[in-house]
Amino acid sequence: MMERPFAITLEVGTSRANKTGGWRTQRPVYVDRLPPCNDACPAGENIQGWLYRAEEGDYEGAWRVSMEDNPMPAVMGRVCYHNCETACNRANLDEAVGINAVERFLGDRALTGGWRVEVEQPDLAGRVLVIGAGPSGLSAAYHLRRRGHEVTIYEASTASGGMMRFGIPAYRLPRNVLDGEIQRIVDMGVGIELGHKVCDLMVEMEGGGYDAVYLATGAEIARNAYIPAGDSARILDALSLLRTTAGMTYPQLGRSVVVYGGGNTAMDAARTAKRLGASEAIVVYRRTRDRMPAHDLEVEEALEEGIKMRWLSTIKKAGAEKLLLEKMELDAAGFPQPTGEFEELEADSVVLAVGEEADLSLLQNVPGLDMSGGMVHVDSTMMTSYPGLFAGGDISQAERTVTAAIGNGKKAARHIDLWLKSGGMWARLPGAPSKEEHQPAPAGERHRIAGWGDLNTWYYSDAPATVRPKLDMVRRQSTFDEVVLGLDEDNALFEARRCLSCGNCFECDNCYGVCPDNAVVKLGTGMRYEFDYDYCKGCGICAAECPCGAIEMVLEET
Amino acid sequence: MLEQIEGSKAVARAVASCRPEVICAYPISPQTHIVEALGSMVKGGELKSCEFINVESEFGAMSALIGASATGVRSYTATASQGLLFMIEAVYNAAGLGLPMVMTLANRAIGAPINIWNDHSDAMAVRDSGWIQLFADSNQAAVDLHIQAFRLSQDVSLPVMVCMDGYILTHAVERLDLPEQESVDKFLPPFEPRQVLDVDDPVSIGAMVGPDAFAEVRYLAHAKQMQAMELIPTIASEFRSVFGRDSGGLVRGYGLDGADTIVVAMGSVLGAIEDAVDELRGAGIMAGAIGITTFRPFPISAIREAIGTPARVVVVDRAFSAGMGSILATDVALALSHQSVRIYTVVAGLGGRAITRTSLVHCLEDAANDALEPLTFLDLDHDVVNRELARMGKDRRSGPSAENILRDMGLPGSG
Amino acid sequence: MAYRQVKFYQTGSFAVGGRLLDTPERTVQSGMSRTNALTLGHRACQGCGEALGARYVLDAAMHATGNKVIAANATGCLEVFTTPYPETSWQVPWLHSVFGNAAAVGSGIAAALRAKGQTDIRVVAQAGDGGTVDIGIGCLSGMFERNDDVLFVCYDNEAYMNTGVQRSGSTPPAARTATTEAVGEEPGNPWGQGKDMPRIAMAHEIPYVATATVAELHDLEYKVEKAMEYRGARYIHILVPCPLGWGSEPADTIRLARLAKETGIFPVFEAEKGEVVATSKIRSKVPVEDYLSLQRRYAHLFKPARRDDVIDAIQDSADRNIRRFGLLGEA
Repeated sequence: MMERPFAITLEVGTSRANKTGGWRTQRPVYVDRLPPCNDACPAGENIQGWLYRAEEGDYEGAWRVSMEDNPMPAVMGRVCYHNCETACNRANLDEAVGINAVERFLGDRALTGGWRVEVEQPDLAGRVLVIGAGPSGLSAAYHLRRRGHEVTIYEASTASGGMMRFGIPAYRLPRNVLDGEIQRIVDMGVGIELGHKVCDLMVEMEGGGYDAVYLATGAEIARNAYIPAGDSARILDALSLLRTTAGMTYPQLGRSVVVYGGGNTAMDAARTAKRLGASEAIVVYRRTRDRMPAHDLEVEEALEEGIKMRWLSTIKKAGAEKLLLEKMELDAAGFPQPTGEFEELEADSVVLAVGEEADLSLLQNVPGLDMSGGMVHVDSTMMTSYPGLFAGGDISQAERTVTAAIGNGKKAARHIDLWLKSGGMWARLPGAPSKEEHQPAPAGERHRIAGWGDLNTWYYSDAPATVRPKLDMVRRQSTFDEVVLGLDEDNALFEARRCLSCGNCFECDNCYGVCPDNAVVKLGTGMRYEFDYDYCKGCGICAAECPCGAIEMVLEET
Repeated sequence: MLEQIEGSKAVARAVASCRPEVICAYPISPQTHIVEALGSMVKGGELKSCEFINVESEFGAMSALIGASATGVRSYTATASQGLLFMIEAVYNAAGLGLPMVMTLANRAIGAPINIWNDHSDAMAVRDSGWIQLFADSNQAAVDLHIQAFRLSQDVSLPVMVCMDGYILTHAVERLDLPEQESVDKFLPPFEPRQVLDVDDPVSIGAMVGPDAFAEVRYLAHAKQMQAMELIPTIASEFRSVFGRDSGGLVRGYGLDGADTIVVAMGSVLGAIEDAVDELRGAGIMAGAIGITTFRPFPISAIREAIGTPARVVVVDRAFSAGMGSILATDVALALSHQSVRIYTVVAGLGGRAITRTSLVHCLEDAANDALEPLTFLDLDHDVVNRELARMGKDRRSGPSAENILRDMGLPGSG
Repeated sequence: MAYRQVKFYQTGSFAVGGRLLDTPERTVQSGMSRTNALTLGHRACQGCGEALGARYVLDAAMHATGNKVIAANATGCLEVFTTPYPETSWQVPWLHSVFGNAAAVGSGIAAALRAKGQTDIRVVAQAGDGGTVDIGIGCLSGMFERNDDVLFVCYDNEAYMNTGVQRSGSTPPAARTATTEAVGEEPGNPWGQGKDMPRIAMAHEIPYVATATVAELHDLEYKVEKAMEYRGARYIHILVPCPLGWGSEPADTIRLARLAKETGIFPVFEAEKGEVVATSKIRSKVPVEDYLSLQRRYAHLFKPARRDDVIDAIQDSADRNIRRFGLLGEA
């Protein structure tokens, strides 16, 4: 150490003694905000969470995050209508992140790699009966089994999967994928009794030795539409068509097929008809395209495949080879009203796709259930008014998608688990809690959603979405081969890395770099940062320059 | 080694023998020959491991030396007059930072009117800057003082200015004893800076100091000057032991035995003063002389000790403070404030005006008879100044005095 | 821009770092072991662009030289807020002499290092715009023409901020300062004045001249590191917004630097031996009003009456920069 002349020459770094934090009137704090994708996901997936892992190329890690919420990523990566992508902030920048494609990539990797899920060994395991091996039942069974409970599923039909098998055509969901993901659940120790139709739930509950029941029988009865029809008119419902096709028996529909309805099932039916040899497949719908309940993607793909659309039309009468259509117009409220104008349309057969209903007959002897509107009503814990009887999926809610069903199953499993742990064991423990004693789990603090305005998008490079390759058109129109193909690893990685990580720190080092006062401490990879409030002057640059809105300025208490 | 040589070149050789590592050069008369000679030695490879920078101004020269000195190398430049004033901010800064370096000041008048000839106005302009100021009374002294200056500078960690009269010394060719390199190396140890910009031991040099410590810093600057005062005689004695010559020190007396009229002066005028003293002594006037070698720190004790108790002191000053009088006399008066003595001031040799022995003798005779004005401008042309004063009194727009005087005197360039 | 942008997912070349980037593609600032040449406890105002710029520059220079840097500093904010006795915020050897001589002090340090044979140690001289374009230009020009081995960095905040926001030769037209108040017929700094220091530097044909802002760290660090690859005189002119002098929000410091570039007001480029060799393209051009309206020094252009004539004139000069340097187009 050299001799330093007094006052003029100073020892380096001595300003650390000057704690400039006292200047501050506001302080930055790190926050985690709810990304809009997560918020929009009916299955409650932590999408940003698994994309974060996928970005690193840790696909198994990503898959495991996904599996926290969703037991069937390969299925969801195909059939989910991805509300997440609609909500994605990146759409404002260039295009939404291809979340669905990445999920499918992860799901397929897991199937190829034979990745397995661990089952917990709790002190006290319950026995749960799940009715219905559709997406909701399988999801509930999976989540309960992961928590270590014994789970048995009764499935009325000869194969599990529910609407995933019998409602969704193979060109959207190849059966090996579905089978693989169901098998993984079975391999965890979930028992599935196929062909076990429950006619009276009360009997099963009283006799089966179960501690709780999850009812997930779905909505598999095709709704009818009254159409005056001649004897020779060939009319069938879409669910039957899809179910038959799923069973690899291909019905004869004729050259010209009309599908009546505007939902996803209508699209599936029309596209199936095309594949079964119809030269013309026409969707007749009473309203306009923008009011169609079918998902835009499905409509697009149908149009690509040559499906024709007849908007603002109802079928008044069905004859042997012809239909009589009435033109409609929308009133001020958007309801279709008849115009009295008619026209004819050639049709060898008519497929009705006007909705599905739940079969509630098995519940006839369960006392006190509210089944108004054709649905089983449940409380916020997904329990019916009968203690220990939970219900979910299409039987209890209006949003009838695979994703919503899977989300329902997860939610139900969480509450059933709590119910069991709080002593709700019919079979072995006396004094099961009453309905009133069963309280919903305290809700975790729900983070504020990370909106577009929370982001500083300067920092994001332009990176348009990867377009998923599709099967060529000839094969799309004639086979049930999968239409939308998967991403390769490069594409999947790129796509994952397009995630803006809205509201959640992804360790870009901006705060650490832009602080003029060196008051951000970098803790190392995966450990994020912390503020050094001894020195932070509260300028707010870190918050302004955080790309993903994970820093908030809050007023200092005076 | 005796050699017939120009003062500037001799100083250049002396400086070179001190092995400077950075030299800054900016041309201004009359110091130019010094840096020219050094430049030639660096370029020719005679002076090794030395960077010679042709800077863009004197301010740049002093600034570059500040950087060089703080980086721990022996640093040197030379300047004069306007050049010194142009670098003055950095001159103060070098001293304030306590950075060792040596600068030759080839003393020259300061304009306006512009004048390239000798006086001490430039040195006086920076007497409060914190630099050590040494005055050479001969070219041999100039040579010797430079060698001692480098030693002193690094020993007390202060910049040292060696003042030598422009033209009178810088351009005079005479026989000088130039020091041998071996002897210089023996006398002047390698430079070990007190503070240095070192990447392995970083410091911040040049902090902002507020009211809480500024006075202490200034006091310490003064204390360092006082340390220098102690050191200067020691260095002079060491110099004598190596080179066998009396040189340097604080003050030098001449003919002081029994003197009742003592002349005090700095620089080359001392030669003429010594001749005058001899002449006056011959005429029975008890005259003596004291040459001040070290002007800053100002050697009050040494002056008191040397001067004894004369009846009168005549300060011959090559500079003055308009509106006040002699600068040197003010300091001398302070040194003699403990005793009763008449002090006369003679301002002489301004802007290169020759100081003749005749005029000096005449003036000192008057002083010895106490017939001298307290403030006398030696050889002042009273007719000229009176005419101009009259003109200024009469006509508000009398024009520039310098040109008027030239015209009155019928000198060339007067239009 | 010669500097290669990494086309990358989330934040590409624009963020400070990123856990997924390879180390060479991260900035020096993102490193846990960055030098922090300017460390905790300095007294710069909240949101100071100069404090940021100085740390960026010196840390990058340290990185490029294996921590062998000596800094010379002109008088000014940077000096005052870092070294009030008894504390210094510097962690590199650092010397402050006076206001106008940082370049010459740098020359002297470089000469001393050469004399000592320590040319592995490099010199950075730094000053604000006053210490560069006004009082310091003499020494700077000398340092340039002698091609002394010094990197001179000007932190340009476009006025004398340390003394209370007076106009400098770098103050832009129409900007209000304490000596160009927003009064009279031509409020703010007059038109047709001021110096373009980077182009003055280029006229010396020194090896390297570059401009940068604190908004684009990769670009800034690239330029500092590139400058350290050269021997001789080098000049980097960095725009550093000043919340105090510009009347802007402290949190907007980087945003303003970004807007200065994206409007064309501050052209970002590199030049070698007097020739422009690369420009940093505007990513998404924005009108100058977006930049001006965030700063109270331009408030008189909007209130009480909107001065479209002045705003248009500023737009014209930004557009001239865009043409002159070719700031639009593919990066």
